Amino acid sequence: MRPSETGTGSLQPDESVLTGAPSLHPSGEIFPAAHYLNAGTRLRSWLVTVDHKRIAVLYLVSTLTALFLGGLFAMAVRVELVGPEPNLVDAVGYNRLFTLHGVVMVFFFMIPAIPGIFGNFMLPLMLGAKDVAFPRLNLLSWYVYVVGAAFTLWAMLYGGADTGWTFYTPYSTITPTKVTPILLGIFVTGFSSILTGLNFIVTIHTLRGPGLTWMRLPLFAWALYGTSIIQLLATPVLGLVVLAAALGHIFAFDLFDPARGGDPVLFQHLFWFYSHPAVYIMVLPAFGVVSETVQAFGRKIIFGYRAVALATAGIAFVGFFVWGHHMFVSSQSTFDAGAFGVLTMLVGVFTAIKVFNWVGTLYKGAIVWRTPLLYVCGFLYFVVFGGMTGVAVATVSLDVHWHDTYFVVAHFHFIMVGATLMAFLAGLHYWFPKMFGRTYPEGWGMVAGALIILGFNATFVPQFLLGNMGMPRRYYTYAEQFRTLNVASTFGATLLLFGFLLVGLYLLLSLRGGKVAGPNPWGSKGFEWLTQSPPLEHNFRTQPTFHGPPHDYSTPVEENLHG
Amino acid sequence: MAETHAHHFPDAGVQRHASLLGMWLFLSTEVLLFAGLFVAYGYYRFLFPGAFAEGSRAMHTWLGLANTVVLIASSFAVALAHHAAGAGRNRTTFWLLVAALAAGVFFLGVKAVEYVEHFRAGELPGKWFTHPGMKAPGISLFYAVYFLATGLHALHVVVGMSLLAWAAVPAWKRRYGPGNVGLVENAGLYWHLVDLVWIFLFPLLYLV
Repeated sequence: MRPSETGTGSLQPDESVLTGAPSLHPSGEIFPAAHYLNAGTRLRSWLVTVDHKRIAVLYLVSTLTALFLGGLFAMAVRVELVGPEPNLVDAVGYNRLFTLHGVVMVFFFMIPAIPGIFGNFMLPLMLGAKDVAFPRLNLLSWYVYVVGAAFTLWAMLYGGADTGWTFYTPYSTITPTKVTPILLGIFVTGFSSILTGLNFIVTIHTLRGPGLTWMRLPLFAWALYGTSIIQLLATPVLGLVVLAAALGHIFAFDLFDPARGGDPVLFQHLFWFYSHPAVYIMVLPAFGVVSETVQAFGRKIIFGYRAVALATAGIAFVGFFVWGHHMFVSSQSTFDAGAFGVLTMLVGVFTAIKVFNWVGTLYKGAIVWRTPLLYVCGFLYFVVFGGMTGVAVATVSLDVHWHDTYFVVAHFHFIMVGATLMAFLAGLHYWFPKMFGRTYPEGWGMVAGALIILGFNATFVPQFLLGNMGMPRRYYTYAEQFRTLNVASTFGATLLLFGFLLVGLYLLLSLRGGKVAGPNPWGSKGFEWLTQSPPLEHNFRTQPTFHGPPHDYSTPVEENLHG
Repeated sequence: MAETHAHHFPDAGVQRHASLLGMWLFLSTEVLLFAGLFVAYGYYRFLFPGAFAEGSRAMHTWLGLANTVVLIASSFAVALAHHAAGAGRNRTTFWLLVAALAAGVFFLGVKAVEYVEHFRAGELPGKWFTHPGMKAPGISLFYAVYFLATGLHALHVVVGMSLLAWAAVPAWKRRYGPGNVGLVENAGLYWHLVDLVWIFLFPLLYLV
């Protein structure tokens, strides 16, 4: 840490206390002289860093690469489906494309992104800590992620797999494509997920600053806590099942081979025991991001803190008992299906509590209409509609009709992709000044946000309709009557692509050319803003103490107390 | 080694709490890993009780029992090592850990002998199953579960032995003392888990 006299313009008294709308076009702010980004500039200082903020940036780069790759696969799938005739690839190529899209997006973007980037960066800041509990383990988790991704990338270059991201046996053990390295890649990446979760739980237990009781914990920290529990308890089961499938593929001994009495449904049970809770690994951190942004831009403390925190725990808990809803048509008994259906609807109850509280927070708030809040609105829409279709597909009689159709594809893209991406983008814009000390162009932010939300709808609303009309998922071709809606969906995907490229472009340019943000451009009272932006190498010059909950806007914002 | 702690912990006590909590959380993931296997075991045993009875009758029960006894003894040694480390008796800690390591080697040796026997007899999973005498339906699944469970367990034995060896280094350098036993404590916890998993595997695969 450098001595404080090298400090910042933000320490100057000319900064009047912000009580109204945050200054979006800061002027006179001086970029901090010492911060985590210039604490070492050689490549080596990044590759062996144990600073949670730098590891967050490493995750940012790697998961965005995965997002880009997965997006390319998605675009290729949509281009192929623009008509029922072969357009781009052959049938096997198509199978590989949607498999790789799913694998890359689920395991290398959606699961690690928000915890890996924002969790790593913000959690210690929010707790008033200097780092996570196990900084070296944190770095290890990133390397493990990279090794897992390398396995998968290698498999992709050698042809990928054609099983879908679910790897259902017995097909996954007999397909000639490169299933094994992908499964091993996922197995390895699981350790990364476990290490991150473990680290966060221990961090929240042991490194809360003075006065930071559990009921003052920022809601993002609560969300990470719930997520981490799922990561710890569910991921090992996925590890086991993909290991069994991979060994089955290598040594031709299939634990699930029906020819020898094995039961493929057992694979499905074990797979979904992880992979359904995995949806909450993706979506709970997103909920946490929204809880933070909704307070910062509603300029009001959360409505019903306890309810939101406990609903997080509720989702994490109930999420473990709903996996059977993926197997309504896989020889499950009617009773089981009914039980799993009802339990699934409980998730809807907890989610609805949260939605109610978020809307209640905005109600009569002093709303600051900025890009993050635009994404929050998009998020609320996707959660409500994705969630309601979720309750619908949890109803056995309806699901028998929709099972394995585009309705299901559209549903889970709405809830786990739409909601997660919206929150991811909200967080990315909200915390961009925190992470890099500069602001993005607000106008372009709004344009890109509108494009993405519209594009997402244009992509997946037609897919709801297609699914309801009976178009099965994962098919290479389709009946002529589905053409128009497929074209619409591909058109939407193109909008989405342009939206993302726009975001990527202006954020990249803002890294160097954006206006200097100052310590707290939003006037946010989240605890992560108690230090300068970008933060110091060890976060705080003086140890923050906590006298109240985060986002308490009844008192004036005091800038950069501990930076 | 004096009581030291990393700069991001307020004091050594918090660091110790963090490291123990981390280890216990990690052990919970191990339990869940094997839980998946036990589910597979229970499910197939329910479907094919005859095959599982026939398979477990063909096991070398005495070898399995010897391994069980040795592993429990090694866990006892590790517990004593932890105790001795806390009392600052580094020599004792070191030799107890060496004894536990030797037990690990013995365990793996016996397991290897058993595996060779299975291979000779053709008691193998999937299409490799060639034993002429065993006819019960689902018998190859018993061996699929057996090899997966014991193989995964053997891997954990190897990892556990590496941890014990790592924990023996400070003992050799006489660095353990009151309040400074984190490494041997955590390695010991892991070793107890390895032991515990075997205590479940042994009766399930060899006895019932």
